[in-house]
Amino acid sequence: MAPLDELKIGGMGASRRRVEDNRFIRGKGRYVDDIVLPGMLHVEILRSPVAHARIKSIDTSAAWEVPGVRLVMTGETMAARNLAWMPTLSYDTQAVLATDKVRFQGQEVAAVVADNPYIARDALDKIVVEYEQLPVIVNPIQAQSPDAPLIRDDKENQTSNKIFDWEIGDKEATDRAFAQADVVSKIDLHYPRSHPSPLETCGSIADYDRSSGKLTVYMTSQAPHIVRAAVAMVAELPEHMIRIISPDLGGGFGNKVPIYPGYVISILASILTERPVKWVEDKSSNLISTGFGRDVYLEGELALRKDGKILGMRMHTISDHGAFFADAQPTKFKIGLMHSAFACYDIPAAHLVSEGYYTNKAPGGVAYRCSFRVTEAMFFQERMVHAAANDLGMDQAEFRRVNLVGDDMFPYRTAFGFLTDSGQYGKCLDVGLEAIGYSTFKQEQEEARKRGKLLGIGISTMTEPLGAGNSREYDIIGIKMFDSAELRVHMTGKAILRTGAKTQGQGHETTWAQIVAHELGIPADDIVVEEGDTDTAPFGMGTYASRSTPVAGAAVAMASRKIRAKARKIAAHLLEVSEEDIEWELGRFYVRGNQERGVTIQDCALAAYSNVPDGLEPGLENTSYYDPPNLTWPFAAYFCKVEVDAQTGVWDVLNFVAVDDCGVRINPMIVEGQVMGGLTEAYAMANMQYITFDEEGNCIGANYMDYLIPTSWETPGFELHEVVTPCPHHPIGAKGVGECATVAGPAAFVNAVMNAIEHTGVRNVDMPLMPNRVYEALQTGKNISGMPPVLSD
Amino acid sequence: MYPSRFSYDAPTSVEEAVAILDQNGGEAKVLAGGQSLIPMLKLRFASPARVVDINGIPGLEYHSIDADGTLRIGALCRHEDLEFSTILGNFPTLAQAASLVADPIVRTRGTFVGSLCHADPQGDWSATMIALGGKIIAQGPNGRREIAASDFVLGPFVNALAFNEIAVEATVPPAKGKALGGYLKLERRVGDFATASVAVALDVDGDVVTRAGCALAGVGGRTIDANDAISVLVGKTLNEESIKEAAEAVAAAAEPRTDHRGSSSYKRHIVETFVTRILSNIANSEQKAA
Repeated sequence: MAPLDELKIGGMGASRRRVEDNRFIRGKGRYVDDIVLPGMLHVEILRSPVAHARIKSIDTSAAWEVPGVRLVMTGETMAARNLAWMPTLSYDTQAVLATDKVRFQGQEVAAVVADNPYIARDALDKIVVEYEQLPVIVNPIQAQSPDAPLIRDDKENQTSNKIFDWEIGDKEATDRAFAQADVVSKIDLHYPRSHPSPLETCGSIADYDRSSGKLTVYMTSQAPHIVRAAVAMVAELPEHMIRIISPDLGGGFGNKVPIYPGYVISILASILTERPVKWVEDKSSNLISTGFGRDVYLEGELALRKDGKILGMRMHTISDHGAFFADAQPTKFKIGLMHSAFACYDIPAAHLVSEGYYTNKAPGGVAYRCSFRVTEAMFFQERMVHAAANDLGMDQAEFRRVNLVGDDMFPYRTAFGFLTDSGQYGKCLDVGLEAIGYSTFKQEQEEARKRGKLLGIGISTMTEPLGAGNSREYDIIGIKMFDSAELRVHMTGKAILRTGAKTQGQGHETTWAQIVAHELGIPADDIVVEEGDTDTAPFGMGTYASRSTPVAGAAVAMASRKIRAKARKIAAHLLEVSEEDIEWELGRFYVRGNQERGVTIQDCALAAYSNVPDGLEPGLENTSYYDPPNLTWPFAAYFCKVEVDAQTGVWDVLNFVAVDDCGVRINPMIVEGQVMGGLTEAYAMANMQYITFDEEGNCIGANYMDYLIPTSWETPGFELHEVVTPCPHHPIGAKGVGECATVAGPAAFVNAVMNAIEHTGVRNVDMPLMPNRVYEALQTGKNISGMPPVLSD
Repeated sequence: MYPSRFSYDAPTSVEEAVAILDQNGGEAKVLAGGQSLIPMLKLRFASPARVVDINGIPGLEYHSIDADGTLRIGALCRHEDLEFSTILGNFPTLAQAASLVADPIVRTRGTFVGSLCHADPQGDWSATMIALGGKIIAQGPNGRREIAASDFVLGPFVNALAFNEIAVEATVPPAKGKALGGYLKLERRVGDFATASVAVALDVDGDVVTRAGCALAGVGGRTIDANDAISVLVGKTLNEESIKEAAEAVAAAAEPRTDHRGSSSYKRHIVETFVTRILSNIANSEQKAA
């Protein structure tokens, strides 16, 4: 009997077409806004037009008069139910509807519930709010001033705008490294505020049934189980009476991890009206009020030996968290995993000092397609490395080669205490250098310069910590970061798989089935995958931080293996031999020494329901909880070649080579899609994206004319390569990958543009590298720092 | 993103549409391609009592060339009709601008004439029409009148139409001699409005410029008419010296403001660079042809 061909059954390594795309491309996806419940009402939210003001009065009487209006809610309505404030994922509080002050432009002030959204929107115009304007703080530098107004005067013991001071690393050892340095290289950067801006905005439908006491909420959530726990705590409803259903999600990118006022408002509105209440925000509301990314000043220095060896690293961050500290991140780490910086380099000593501040801006520093501030860490790292190589007069590739952790050094303990476990960093570097044509580039660059053309090449190499937990170190609001999978094999050998993760474009419905196919030999097409319903899915922490394959994916493999172990007992029974005499090959058990005599996994499934051996429970199901022993550490090496138009500052990408080592690839096509998507977002951040604020706190970037999403027209092509170093602790050797490209990408673009123009003496242009900023740097030879100014003359 | 309540009309003739506008005394807006009006309704930047949808009026989709070479563009001619047109050979300025208007999705629906009426200071078509000396044909209760493109845009988002008039057609006169021209636009992303853009249209006899037209978008409170500035080229051939003189004159006519797209001096520099590039491209390709 010929063994099964794993690629043919859609197992590991098959570029199986995405199962979910069948319904998406036919317009049959079911998103929150597609769901219509009988008697459903609609809520629209009134947002503050000003960034910092005391609310003197709110007059809702005219709004109540609009025909079709069922309920008008203010902070008072919420306060009567103890819901005016809610806890954030970073142990702070956030206003649901403002009671005392508004603290950022776009903050939720009142809400109207009506028969349809048009009526609700009309009625918003009838609400009269009297504001007494207060001085505004729009960056953390202003927030530090002793004269700065206190934004969080609602909090006891809060006497300044500082949220936290945090440090990690060995200060003395780092000081000693700097004392021994031949050269000290410094850099001073700003990573602008960006926004995940998923195509689908946030929304919810709350449906409270007074007769049963059950609250069902359809919600755009990347982490429905965390929401259920939070709702139980905030709304003081019993957890078993709360059902969170996260249907199809139109992207998340971290934006759909936090809990937003709109969700809470729709829940209370449903409780008060005893009708289902739908809230779906528009694009501008999403941009101005929900979880942003980055907004950090990054400054640091490297202690260098003349031969290129890095002796030590100092780093200082000042971060802007907006009016409420609502970052979604593991509890232990105040500035996420910023201390993953330089994890791929062998450096003996490092020290990081971080300060976080409140400002009059939207809250929610989410991990925008990144593992908790890793994007900022790696951007700093690769801009710092670029500057240091230049300061030493060393070749960019050579400087990296000297300092990258060698293949024989794993497991490697980083200066900040992470344990990296595998990789072939040098090989990835070589593959990319070859592909981009690095050896002839310098000559090409010189010749082009003679013709008045400015060419540049940029490199970015990094490893990042993906797949939080383990649960010893990682939790969110006290809930440990493991994950789960439940696999039920039916009588005919078909199966349903549920996990505690929540796909939002990653393709779990496709890839999880491939893991089961790999472990059990059941064709992937015979397995349906379901996620997002807390009443049916096992408990999990959701999908973000590239954690699903490292954690939930591992749980899928473990559940499959436990089912295989039970099936082995059934096989022994069917084959009338002892379990020890049974051998496994993909999809089939056979008798050792007699390969012809065997039973398939489908035979075992049927027997599990029809012919169970004595002493064995019927059925073929398993639920596995997986707590990873460590993070996974994928490696990325990116190479970008650009041409800068000296007369306009416009830059074009001539070639982009990405080498990714994410361990074993479950579905290579999906991995490539993830890398391309991430590189597109990286290009956007490097080239065009930012959200800034004028002196009065008005948000510039509140719509898609100001906040630019790249299209296929200007996005460059990407050439992808792979190196495979299996993860030593993951059951199938996989590492996270969804975020590698967003994380390592921006520095590759910026380093390339800088390489093209740094002969003028300029050392840094902060993102975004818009043509006018590049042109100015070229003309003046001076650094361009900070956000693009909101100027007018 | 929910507009205020409005009434909707779908007239089947221009006369009927004009009558509706006339009866509503400035409270009605014409809907053609809807690529600006619909977003404005949704954002409640505009809340007209009536929306008069002219898409059901037959016979307005055309663009055609008269026997004397005049180009006529009907009120429902879409951007993409011009982008893929095969009859714009004598209108290189329009042909080059056509693929730079907004993005491919907007171009399938948005209209040339509607874009002129929207009078956005960053709009592409207004600049080309002013450079080409085109006209807009307005129809009101008392019949039709012609408005020169350079008189049509009065200010940001303000055109010269009376409340009861509809722009039914745009016309562009033929070149005297050979028509040369170009359009360049600096945008941050496809579909973005112009940081700066330059439309140039020349009539050339032999190698001597007999008429020179130029207009700018994105560098003023309205489309900048730079026809006077570029007239320094008239009577001259295109060479390094004349190109430099023209580029400097046009740049001086720009009225850019500093904003998040760049400083005023940067935008003025882009105008100068683009005029130089368009004219140099013309000179080079003419040289090759000769």
